[in-house]
Amino acid sequence: MSVQAQAHDDLPAARGRVTLRLGRPLAVSRRLDLRVTLCCAGLALAGFVVLGVTLIVGEFPLPPGEVVATLLGQGAQADEFIVLTLRLPRALVAILAGGALAVSGHIFQTLVRNPLASPDIIGVTSGAALVAVGIIVLGAGSTLVPFGALAGATVAATLVYLLAWRGGVSPYRLVLVGIGIAAACGAGTSYLLVRGELADVQQATVWLVGSLNGRSWSDVGPLSVALALLLPLAAALARSLDALSLGEDAATALGVRVGRARLGLVAVGAALAAVAVAATGPIGFVAFIAPHIARRLADRTGSAVLPVAALSGAVLVLTADLVAGLVLAPTQLPVGIVTVVLGAPYFLFLLQRANRVGAGA
Amino acid sequence: MGGPATVEHPLPTGSPAAGIADTEPRRRGALGRGWTRAAGFGVVALALAGAALASIAVGSLSIPVEEVVRAFIAFDNSDEHVVVRELRGPRTLVAIAVGASLGVAGAVMQGMTRNPLADPGILGIEAGAALAVVCAIFLLGVSTVTGHVWFALGGAAIAGTVVYALGTAGRSGGTPVTLALAGAALAALLSAITSAIIVLDAQTLDEFRFWVVGSVAGRGLDVLTGALSFLAVGLVLGLASGRALNALSLGDDVARSLGQRVAWAKARAAAGVVLLAGGAVAVAGPVGFIGLTVPHVARAIVGPDYRWLLPYSALLGAILILVADVVGRVVARPAEVQVGIVMALIGAPVFIALVRRRRMAEL
Repeated sequence: MSVQAQAHDDLPAARGRVTLRLGRPLAVSRRLDLRVTLCCAGLALAGFVVLGVTLIVGEFPLPPGEVVATLLGQGAQADEFIVLTLRLPRALVAILAGGALAVSGHIFQTLVRNPLASPDIIGVTSGAALVAVGIIVLGAGSTLVPFGALAGATVAATLVYLLAWRGGVSPYRLVLVGIGIAAACGAGTSYLLVRGELADVQQATVWLVGSLNGRSWSDVGPLSVALALLLPLAAALARSLDALSLGEDAATALGVRVGRARLGLVAVGAALAAVAVAATGPIGFVAFIAPHIARRLADRTGSAVLPVAALSGAVLVLTADLVAGLVLAPTQLPVGIVTVVLGAPYFLFLLQRANRVGAGA
Repeated sequence: MGGPATVEHPLPTGSPAAGIADTEPRRRGALGRGWTRAAGFGVVALALAGAALASIAVGSLSIPVEEVVRAFIAFDNSDEHVVVRELRGPRTLVAIAVGASLGVAGAVMQGMTRNPLADPGILGIEAGAALAVVCAIFLLGVSTVTGHVWFALGGAAIAGTVVYALGTAGRSGGTPVTLALAGAALAALLSAITSAIIVLDAQTLDEFRFWVVGSVAGRGLDVLTGALSFLAVGLVLGLASGRALNALSLGDDVARSLGQRVAWAKARAAAGVVLLAGGAVAVAGPVGFIGLTVPHVARAIVGPDYRWLLPYSALLGAILILVADVVGRVVARPAEVQVGIVMALIGAPVFIALVRRRRMAEL
């Protein structure tokens, strides 16, 4: 075994793991982590149950049998419309966006080595919000909103990265520059909200909270293509992520090219958050909380948590949207309100805990 | 952090924060001697008078300076005179009070936390005050400024305590980054709660969107007098903490060995910050970046001695908010850009420049 691989096994994530190697020829060694596998299976099961409930419950409740028949292509036309056109794509967007946000959040929290970090720190949300609100308030047509949000997120993240560059990018400078850019974008957004017509402003506010209302297959398509590209990239960068989570010096000693690895991780993390925000608006606290839940469930840190984080993010958003549909039925709340209400107490609990054990994490 | 650089400065007038002054070649500021500092103070006060005059004269209705003066000494009920005495005069006074308060609050926070990025806006204190006021207005129906002030003070105190406790916890003991991150996370939480409240109610949204940007327009003298006593006490507490901040900026241990009662000094300074930031938010809504920007300018002029830095920050804060307010009136005529927005657009580049300039980000 090479020295590098040995060093890799000494990472904190390696503790208590059933290791199954498929030999050296593979660049990424395959490991089967029992606890992580169990977590994934449990979360996937929970996801399927919630998905089933989501398809059954609603303004027009359908018997489970009819839903299954419809999914198999043998349902009545009305059922087909409700299940396949309304509920299923919406649930899929929830799953995909939740997973993307959670993976992005875990990447940033590990990279910055601070449990309070989230993709927002690199300006993704604020840039997307500025452009999206601009499009809504200036009346440029709501079909443009996802593209505008994606463009805004990309520009803001690039700007943050470039402004944080001084012969290399330290995660700390990234955080602080991100806070500055977010403040500037936030000022622009408030200006648009003050100037706009009330009806447009209301629509913009719903977008700003994060909502799945009216999401269709045309949202599922681009989102799943983007994730099919980005998630493998995230997996490929997993080793760099583990190494960087030990600090810059240790990562260099482990043979990781710190600058390139960081750029790759920031780019993938920002892109994941950007596509999710473009599809749904910034659903609050998912990127922040889902990785915490995943780390506690899996009792691991680093890249081993990535699949658990993705699944917990998906289950979180799916469940939150189900709850958002039920509490004030028939009024459908934006899903972001539920994630904030669920997330805020958990956030405070985490803060208090971080306070006790030391905020470094 | 831990301020290795402060070793060079055995006296309390030493470097204000680890990482600020240590890499600065000109750490004393432009004005080194007592009398030049006093003279400089006079110059800054004159500049403030000029800015105040501009704030009264410039706007959608331009008023000549002699007409402004006449409005105060020989009021004749003309449109110009009414605008000066009823609208722009009060607005200017409100701006001066808010700007001075936020400038001093920022300087005190930077000294207390030894953090060059401390600001009531960035560390979430204004967000806490704003959320409390929004809840007071829209959930409890509180409509008097005096009522708002109490809520703002409560929100500011809670948010400030939380951010300070979080940002300084742990082995690292509070670096600029952990503090800023704790503040940003808390501000995100508070604004998320706020939007969750307003998204459900169009009426609330319509009032709220104008309040939350931070503005000195349309605030009459009654608004100012409602909060004035709080601001005054806060200013006294803040300005009086110069000596304590000089000692604290050397680190708690050194400050203690110099005879400071550290906990007491910090509590006093923190009370001042809460009164100033909470009061300012109750009057004008959240206006960010004044507390961040102004102390750095003051430091460049008079150096790191907080006994001078605090009064300079008060005057410079008032000047900055007046200039930002006038700019906001001019750029989008006949409409106005609220001063909170202008300040963020001025302040964010300053913040980024500060982050880029020094090694501070690696502390």
